[in-house]
Amino acid sequence: MALLLGLFFVAVGTVTVGIFLFKVWWLPELISVHGAAIDDQLVMTLIIAGTVFFLAQIALGYFIWKFRGQGRAASYWHENPKLEFTWTFITLVIFVGLGISGNRIWAAYFQAPVPADAVMVELTAQQFAWNFRYPGADGVLGRTNPALIDDANGNYIGLDPKDPAGKDDVTTQNIMAIPVNRPIRVMLRSKDVTHSFFVPQLRVKQDAVPGLGIGVSFTATKIGEFEIACAELCGMQHYKMRGRLLVMTQADFDQWLKTRAAM
Amino acid sequence: MDVHVAAHQHEAPTGFVRKYIFSMDHKVIGIQYLMLAMVAVTVGMILSVLMRLRLAWPLEKWPMLAHIFPEGFAGGPMTPEFYLAMLTMHGTIMVFFVLTTAPLSGFGNYFLPIQVGARDMAFPFMNMMSFWVTFVAFVVMLMALFATGGAPIAGWTAYTPLSAVGAIGGPGMGAGQTLWVISIAIFCAGSLLTALNFLTTVLNLRARGMSLMRMPLTSWAWFTTAILALLAFPVLLAGGVLLLLDRVGGSSFFIPAGLVISDKHLTNSGGSPLLWQHLFWFFGHPEVYIAILPGMGVTSHILSTFSRKPVFAYKAMVGAIFAIGFISYVVWGHHMFMSGMSPYTAMAFSITTMAVGVPSAIKTFNWLATLWKGQIRFTCAMLFSLGFVSLFVSGGVTGMLLAQPAVDIFLHDTYFVVAHFHIIMGVAAIFGIFAGMYYWYPKMFGRLMHEGWGKVHFWFSLVGVYCIFMPMHFLGLAGHPRRYAQLTEFKYLLHLQPLHLFISIAAFITITAQVIFFFNFFWSLKKGKPAGDNPWESTSLEWSIPSPPPFDNFGPIEPIVHHGPYEYSVPGAAKDYIMQTDPPEARP
Repeated sequence: MALLLGLFFVAVGTVTVGIFLFKVWWLPELISVHGAAIDDQLVMTLIIAGTVFFLAQIALGYFIWKFRGQGRAASYWHENPKLEFTWTFITLVIFVGLGISGNRIWAAYFQAPVPADAVMVELTAQQFAWNFRYPGADGVLGRTNPALIDDANGNYIGLDPKDPAGKDDVTTQNIMAIPVNRPIRVMLRSKDVTHSFFVPQLRVKQDAVPGLGIGVSFTATKIGEFEIACAELCGMQHYKMRGRLLVMTQADFDQWLKTRAAM
Repeated sequence: MDVHVAAHQHEAPTGFVRKYIFSMDHKVIGIQYLMLAMVAVTVGMILSVLMRLRLAWPLEKWPMLAHIFPEGFAGGPMTPEFYLAMLTMHGTIMVFFVLTTAPLSGFGNYFLPIQVGARDMAFPFMNMMSFWVTFVAFVVMLMALFATGGAPIAGWTAYTPLSAVGAIGGPGMGAGQTLWVISIAIFCAGSLLTALNFLTTVLNLRARGMSLMRMPLTSWAWFTTAILALLAFPVLLAGGVLLLLDRVGGSSFFIPAGLVISDKHLTNSGGSPLLWQHLFWFFGHPEVYIAILPGMGVTSHILSTFSRKPVFAYKAMVGAIFAIGFISYVVWGHHMFMSGMSPYTAMAFSITTMAVGVPSAIKTFNWLATLWKGQIRFTCAMLFSLGFVSLFVSGGVTGMLLAQPAVDIFLHDTYFVVAHFHIIMGVAAIFGIFAGMYYWYPKMFGRLMHEGWGKVHFWFSLVGVYCIFMPMHFLGLAGHPRRYAQLTEFKYLLHLQPLHLFISIAAFITITAQVIFFFNFFWSLKKGKPAGDNPWESTSLEWSIPSPPPFDNFGPIEPIVHHGPYEYSVPGAAKDYIMQTDPPEARP
């Protein structure tokens, strides 16, 4: 029993760490500028956590086998202040150190100023769709009013027809285009319940909360089509609240906006 | 006669109802709580089987199940809303009616008074009331499960405004969600009464010689847990009342202005969805420790008993329990890094969360050091405690990732979180319950559980839970959001389907194997080996009295405590354990 259980814990440690090391299942590809720091921090923490995990499982397995009760009396050893102080101190340094280094990356992410040339996109989430809006040629989003929302007639976000600034706004549902290598600023809203805007490859996730406007910024580095998932339980079709993210060249993006505006 | 003793003597009831149903005896109430937890865990496991069926084979038709749940299988396969209803009820029933009732109210009720040398809880009538209030809460929760329109689908966290807007939010969000809130509010009241009783008993009713620093770590864990429960449940109760008012009273505590749901304009204004999250997690995070702290106490106690060694660094263990309890009050924001809460606040919560890892690590080190140079006896109780240590480490280390908002941007609300909390507060806590059950069963029922079947149960459970929950880390790392009824809508998730299949099969085997435990439990009541007073050669007070203990625990004798709780293998002593009630000379 002792040997079996000892070996099992050693196996748990080894197999788990092995699957991580060989990246059998791994993070989706990275396509954003800020995401590199997140991935580095994630991997570094994973290495530290993995080491602690591995050593603890091995020690547990070894102790179980080594002290499997073979007639010799147990030791009355039950304290060692120096040892206790040492491991408390080491743990404290590792944990708080990790916390502080993680906070630096977090701060860099949310405190980064929004560049003047960032592409502004407004996102209004609803059960179970993503409504995007781009300011047209005037660069200004038109006024909206929740009282004017009328899904049946296609006014999903309550665009006010009386505001001239809204005349050239480009609206889309479940499809978001952005130019590559240019800062993007998304202003998140929700018109019903809480949703969460999640693009795994961008390393972006942010809840869209009704009553709040929350901004996120990122710069995509790769052209292609990606998926927008909802990460906050929002009702029965949560699992298929899917949007398409198209990352394209600036020229293609300009063309896309023009085509959409004409629609 | 000693006045102190007389104050706590009361007559044993003779009628069936007062003895077994509306009993005021802490031991009967403890067993009632354990029975409630066993019923609840069975329901919870069945719900998880249904969930895993859908996740492994999303579009498969199940004619037999469709016969039982015609609405849930309308059109053939399980509907997504039925999946969410199962998910919501599984989480709620497991967290509240299993992980809170069994380790704290079940074992705590039975053994806390005996371990500190009391004849009963401080307030026996209130104790009886707390159980029956909890029982009513469970009945109401079952009503939610079978409510018209379906069970609620908002998850066990019931985030607003989805949970506040009523039937318009989706199937199950009408009567089902209302009953859910009512049940939770009733549950809070019951737990509050239990907490008051535990605290008063520990502070006022300890036997002569039972100083606080002579209490077993199990009692320390229940004591600390009671403090957490006392301060956490009222907050959820308040939140629950506000949510109920939003649902049935037309108020707007959690509903902001201008909501349009399914093209219907709501007239509410002024509420805040984040307020609910703060109230919920202010309760919810301490709740995680309410589930796990008793398991830590049981593990310390059992590791020491079956290594035949004193617990390593007893004082540090007490300090660590208290530190964990205290810090657990200032970490709730780590559930809300992506919620729209101020990012500066997130930084503070990140550091406090990292800090709670320190006392947790101290406990792990001390458990390992308790084994060091021990003489391990591999009883079922010991096996489950060793499993607890392994699981506690596995579930704990991933906290280092989730505690960092920057990393949480990616991992939040993915299966990585599901893996983390299931391992640490789900199965580690369950292992603590099993360890306690194998350890205390002989005291409660006078007979030992079958060790052979217990070992089979242990191996299925240990291998099983690792096979179920380890792969969920990989789902999360690949970006799989939690609470998805199926992953087939997203191309980037498609390659993960085999993992879901693997997890489901592991879950079916592991859950089926729990039948062994239930069989062992009931079989041993009649057929188990007679236990004697102290089958494990343990030291704490419950092992100094008959199994099962008499009505007032100690009979005419007032227990007097002369020793600390973990005097194993004391050099020069006559045997390798000194009971707490042994005369002072027992220690050379």
